[in-house]
Amino acid sequence: MEVIHPTDLDEALAALAAHPEAVLLAGGTDLMVEVNFDQIRPEKVILLRRLAELQDVSRQRIGAGVTFRRLESGDHQALAQLARTIGSPQIRAAGTLGGNIGTASPAGDALPFLAGLDAEIELSSKDGTRRVRWDRFFLGVKQTALRPGELITAVILPTDLPDCQEFAKIGQRSAMVISIASACVFRWRDGRTRVAMGSVGPTPIRARQAEEMMSAESNPGPAALQEFARLVSEEVRPISDHRGTADYRRHASGVLARRLLERCLAK
Amino acid sequence: MRVQLTVNGESRSFDTKGSESLLFALREYLRLTGSKGACEQGECGSCSVVLDGNLVCSCLVMAVDAAGSEVLTVEGLGGSELHPVQKALIETGAVQCGFCTPGFVVAAAELLKETLSPSPEDIREELAGNICRCTGYGAILRGIETLVGEA
Ligand SMILES: Cc1cc2nc3c(=O)[nH]c(=O)nc-3n(C[C@H](O)[C@H](O)[C@H](O)COP(=O)(O)OP(=O)(O)OC[C@H]3O[C@@H](n4cnc5c(N)ncnc54)[C@H](O)[C@@H]3O)c2cc1C
Ligand code: FES
Ligand code: FES
Repeated sequence: MEVIHPTDLDEALAALAAHPEAVLLAGGTDLMVEVNFDQIRPEKVILLRRLAELQDVSRQRIGAGVTFRRLESGDHQALAQLARTIGSPQIRAAGTLGGNIGTASPAGDALPFLAGLDAEIELSSKDGTRRVRWDRFFLGVKQTALRPGELITAVILPTDLPDCQEFAKIGQRSAMVISIASACVFRWRDGRTRVAMGSVGPTPIRARQAEEMMSAESNPGPAALQEFARLVSEEVRPISDHRGTADYRRHASGVLARRLLERCLAK
Repeated sequence: MRVQLTVNGESRSFDTKGSESLLFALREYLRLTGSKGACEQGECGSCSVVLDGNLVCSCLVMAVDAAGSEVLTVEGLGGSELHPVQKALIETGAVQCGFCTPGFVVAAAELLKETLSPSPEDIREELAGNICRCTGYGAILRGIETLVGEA
C-alpha cells in the first residue's frame, strides 16, 4: 500500500490528479470499518486528516475536515444538535462532515441538514472548484456526483438562514445509534417552512407538499399540524430493514417533523 | 512503511505492512497490549486512546495516519503510579473480566480532564462509546462518580 501524506490542499489535489484511484482517508470512522473487515484493500491512500485548508468554519462555509466534535458547539443549532447524536465521543472526535457526505449513507445524519438548507457541496480538483447543490450531489445509496480527481472541500450554506432550526432522530436507544428516521425542520419568521427527512429514502427527502402547506400558515392550529404530519408521512419513501419497517418509518417521520415544527412555533 | 510517532511521551517507530490499524500497531509492533481489540468497528471503545488530544478508537485510525502524532495509551496515563480513575475503579470493584477496563479508564480520564464536574448523566453520556460485556456499569459509574469535584 502506498501512502500519500500531503502537507497542503494543492499537494493533495496534485496527488489525486496523478492517482485518481487513490482512497481518501479523513477520520476513518467509515473507511477503517471496511478495511478492518477486509471489504476494501486500498492500494493507495491519501491522508486528509491534517489538511489545514479543510478545517475552516464560518457561518456560510464549513470545511470538509471539520469533526462532529467541533460542530457540536457551532453556530447552526440543527447542525450542533445532529453532531451531538453521532456515534460516541470517540466517533465524533474523528468523524468529519466531509466523510459523512463522502459515504453518502441514507442514514448519514448531516444529510437532512444539507437538504433542508439547499446547501451546496464544494468540490475541488487540480483544475478548479465547482459547487453542486445537494440534490444533484446525492444520487443514490452511497452514490454521489464526486468525479475521479475531486475531493470535497467544504459545504456552502445560503445567506438567508432560518430563524429556527431543529434536528432530531429516532433510533433503538438514546446513544450510539444509526438513525431509523431523522428530520430537520427549518422555519423563518415570515412562515416559510422546510422539512428534510433522512433514513427514509436512498437520499434525503424534502417533504415539499408539507412545506408548501405549512409555509402558508402564519399561526397553525392542531388541524394544520395534523395535516403537516400526514403530508410528511406521505412524501417519504422508506424501506423495511433490520432497524425498522417501512410503516413504522412512515409514521415516525410525520410525528418527528411535527414535533420539531412545534418546537419552532413555541419559540 | 516506517512510522515515527510519540507514544506516552516517548519517541517510537515501527514498520507497517499496509492498512493495519493503530490498535494493531500498538499491540503487535510496540507490545503495548493495554488497549484491547474487540469489535474493530468503533462500537465498544475497548481500544480508546488519545490521539493528538482527541479521544478516539484506535481500531479506526490507520496506523500510517498516526505518523508524527502524539498518542496516549492506558499504559502512559498514570506514569509510574496508578491513575486516579484506575484507583477508583479498583475501590468500587468495577473490574470483572477487565476487558473493557483500559478503554473506560482512558475515556473517563479524558472526560474528567475536559469537564470539571460532570453530572452522573454527563458521565453516562460521555461514556456511551464504551461497552462492558460483563455489564458491570453500576460499579464503573460509581467509581468514576467518586472522582467528580476532586482536582
Ligand atoms: C460506531 C460508529 C457510530 C457511528 N454513528 C453515526 C451516526 O450516528 N450518524 C452518522 O451519520 N454516521 C455515523 N457513523 C458513521 C461515520 O462516523 C460518519 O459517516 C462520519 O462522518 C465519517 O467521517 P470520517 O471522516 O470518519 O470519514 P472516513 O471514514 O475517513 O471516509 C468516509 C468516506 O468518505 C470519503 N471521504 C472522506 N473525506 C472526503 C473528502 N474530503 N472528499 C471526498 N471524499 C471523502 C472517504 O474516501 C470514504 O469513502 C458511525 C460510525 C461508527 C464506526
Ligand atoms: S475495538 Fe475499537 S471500538 Fe471496539
Ligand atoms: S469487565 Fe468484562 S467487559 Fe467490562
